[in-house]
Amino acid sequence: MIPAGWEAVIGLEVHVHLKTRSKLFCGCAVGYGDEPNHHVCPVCLALPGALPVLNAVAVELAIRAGLATHCKIHPRSVYARKNYFYPDLPKGYQISQLDEPLATGGYVEITPEGPAGTEPEVRRIGLTRIHMEEDAGKSIHDDALAGPDVTLIDFNRTSVPLVEIVSEPDLRTPEEVGAYLRSLREILRYVGASDVDMEKGQFRCDVNVSVRRSGDTALGTRREMKNVNSFRAAENGARAEIARQIEELEDGGEIQQSTLRYDVESGRLTTMRLKENADDYRYFPDPDLVPVLLDDARIEEIRGSLPELPDARRERVSEQYGLSDYDARLLTASRPLADFFEETVRLHGDAKTVANWISRDVLAALKEEGSELEESALEPPMLAGLLRLVDESRVTARSARELIPDLVREGGDPEAIVRERGLEAVSDSGELEALADAALEENPRAVASFHDGDGKSLNFLMGQVMKKTGGKADARAVRSLLERKLTGGE
Amino acid sequence: MAGRVEPLGTLAELRAELAAGTSSVAQVERALARTEARADLRAFVRLRGEAALEEARAADVRRGAGESRSPLDGMPIAIKDNMVQAGEPAGCASRILEGYCSPYGATAIERLEAAGAVVVGRTNMDEFAMGSSTEHSVHGPTQNPWRSGCSPGGSSGGSAAAVAAGLVPVALGSDTGGSIRQPASFTGVVGMKPTYGRVSRYGLVAFASSLDQIGPFARTAAECAEVLDAMSGHDPRDSTSLPEPPTRCVEALCGDVAGLRIGLPRECFAEEGADAAVLERVRAVAAEFERAGAKLAEVSLPHTPHAVAAYYLICTAEASSNLARFDGVRYGHRAEGAKGLTDLYERSRSEGFGDEVKRRILLGTYVLSSGYYDAYYRKAQQVRTLLRRDFEAAFESCDVLLTPTTPETAFRIGERSGDPVQMYLSDVYTVSANLAGLPAASFPVGQVDGLPVGAQLLGAPLEDAAVLRGVDAWQQRTDFHLARPEDPA
Repeated sequence: MIPAGWEAVIGLEVHVHLKTRSKLFCGCAVGYGDEPNHHVCPVCLALPGALPVLNAVAVELAIRAGLATHCKIHPRSVYARKNYFYPDLPKGYQISQLDEPLATGGYVEITPEGPAGTEPEVRRIGLTRIHMEEDAGKSIHDDALAGPDVTLIDFNRTSVPLVEIVSEPDLRTPEEVGAYLRSLREILRYVGASDVDMEKGQFRCDVNVSVRRSGDTALGTRREMKNVNSFRAAENGARAEIARQIEELEDGGEIQQSTLRYDVESGRLTTMRLKENADDYRYFPDPDLVPVLLDDARIEEIRGSLPELPDARRERVSEQYGLSDYDARLLTASRPLADFFEETVRLHGDAKTVANWISRDVLAALKEEGSELEESALEPPMLAGLLRLVDESRVTARSARELIPDLVREGGDPEAIVRERGLEAVSDSGELEALADAALEENPRAVASFHDGDGKSLNFLMGQVMKKTGGKADARAVRSLLERKLTGGE
Repeated sequence: MAGRVEPLGTLAELRAELAAGTSSVAQVERALARTEARADLRAFVRLRGEAALEEARAADVRRGAGESRSPLDGMPIAIKDNMVQAGEPAGCASRILEGYCSPYGATAIERLEAAGAVVVGRTNMDEFAMGSSTEHSVHGPTQNPWRSGCSPGGSSGGSAAAVAAGLVPVALGSDTGGSIRQPASFTGVVGMKPTYGRVSRYGLVAFASSLDQIGPFARTAAECAEVLDAMSGHDPRDSTSLPEPPTRCVEALCGDVAGLRIGLPRECFAEEGADAAVLERVRAVAAEFERAGAKLAEVSLPHTPHAVAAYYLICTAEASSNLARFDGVRYGHRAEGAKGLTDLYERSRSEGFGDEVKRRILLGTYVLSSGYYDAYYRKAQQVRTLLRRDFEAAFESCDVLLTPTTPETAFRIGERSGDPVQMYLSDVYTVSANLAGLPAASFPVGQVDGLPVGAQLLGAPLEDAAVLRGVDAWQQRTDFHLARPEDPA
């Protein structure tokens, strides 16, 4: 919690890898975890004489990201060189965009959790710009691998396409940082622009933090946490930095503009360098590339190919299927999940039932497995088929529930699995009646206490019958059968 | 390989020899032998020897089978040391690229190879094409075949000298601010800078990307047209290569200039800053064109006085960034015993680059620095736009423009090296074509005091054929291009 009397102002610069097969300026494959220096060529190694050629798919994905975040896509954008020396930057400059970026002026909606018991409030976080650039390679300092004082360089990541998404300083709390990053990820995944896979290093962000007294309108001096590579680190780092700045100011200190490193392990913030030592990147338009020119028709064509966006879909799903906002939010949290839900409803028919089973059992099974829906073997026809068996009382809800983790893992035809495993519900009334009679006979004390008015003994007797059926009987049917027998309602 | 070896003729003469029974192997052998006999010129920095002979043998086999790839099949050519060829060293006459061998080839050269041309070797140049004298080379200066001790011009001085001395019929150069045309002028051959984007820059080691263009040296406009046609055209590996298929030049050479409208820019004939005898020769050229049926008109390019300044701001800015890749990390020269990363960069680059290259990197870094960008780089780009408009206006009433190529004939080696600004100023007639992206050729128009004089024709963008048509018509009517320097006794 930010102490009373203070306000934090946070802006993010988010870098995500675009989901292309090849690099931004050459035909090399984008590969993660491959043998070092496997995906390289004269262009991305910056051999003498090699020239960049822009990857058109990357531009389209960046435009999708821009449109999905309500940005204006510019009819003309320009690539510029950002000049600095570093061994993993083979050209000695990074191709980026400065004065004429691809997109400007959008927003992302977030719904941060408010204090308990309050309705979540939707907030719009402004986007300053989205521009394209290439990633650098990776420097590896590994004594065991290379010996001391040796740096190895892997150029596989060199020139992998990125978009940098710069927000306005509209975020006010660390929790909003988390909510913003999650919303942004959801949007980027929805439109297929990026997988935002942190494990693969597809996400990095710089977090700009300043604080001011509540009611002040001028911005405080900011410090920038560089190269944060997870949502949690961004949120926790912002929290730590806000606390640190407030403490410094309350102690009568002054904030100096600087860049910081946040150590996830220790939670410590260290200063990298002060602003006076800032680099001069000597940006200028890259003469090897021509400006990207886009006419309205092309932009509209891409807009037309966008899927329904998360916010719109959430509203529609809530309305169309009569679901609570909470359920709709849960079921549209990702595009694959929302697609799965809607397809299952189409096959099965009852949205509420499908919603319940997904939000309760399917999500739990996925969590248990540690897998994503799109990686699991479960397909909409399987879930719809299983629920139909439940509807027809051919399998009990309990048996069905137990089958879901197996379907998530291995898939299969639910009807065949039920048959193979002998899970068909015991619905033969003669068989069930014989088992009920046996249970009543074996448990005279329970029968007696039922007659003494102890309702719990009915549950006990039900349990005995269910045990005899191996759980394959419909609980409601057993209950009414026992009630009838005990009360002599025949 | 001492002793006399006769100079090689033009492409047409070599083809006539082939028709008369000689072989490409014999011609390539002669090119190699003559180059060694004229090692004093230091035109080449590397000969391909056996590899070139092997390719000549293959060309002979094809010819024997009636399967020649093109009229260029088997023709010996030379390339400048800043163009890469797969499996060959590419040095840019710089220490920083010592030991570097390119794993891939330049598009322009691959196209000539596909036509059957045989690259016999790599020619000397000013380091990274920065210079106008071919003195700034790790291999030492190239001599002008017309007068030992004189510069052949630069930066493509090796290619110019190789053609002038008959070591090869054709050589490629690169032209960023006159690096083909000025040495062509100094050595009495034709040198052509095509329209920007006509020839792919892929595989040309960049000096200033927005200005660089590969072009041919030869004795005649016809040969230049043939070589240019063979290497022109869109290249998907170069984003700045023009998308449209280029008009062919060879077919445009009709030997006739009747009705051709030739503009004479007033600013390029001003008496100050140019040798009177040179201007006199170029005026005589104009008169000769008029006699041949061309129409002369005086035009104005009012921003010409700012061209050299704009050029040196833009080319140094781009160069400072283009040459950042030479850092001693992945290839080329790496300083021994460096202590840490910054020291590695500083020492590798200090040891690897020569003084002229360092001077331009420093200038370019300054030009792009925060706080100076608007005053220098942006202003220079504005001048560039104004210059383009000057040309657009001039080409409304003219087909080509005629100017001197250089203010003077060849200077002595070492004479200018202490005064870089004077050296830069001598690019006054050539840099505008690069800034505006225009085609331009220098062609021999006589001599002053025993040294060749060149004139320059410039065309509108993509009108390379009009330029070569003018040069060809001149050569049909005159014999200046037949003059050859004599070998030393």
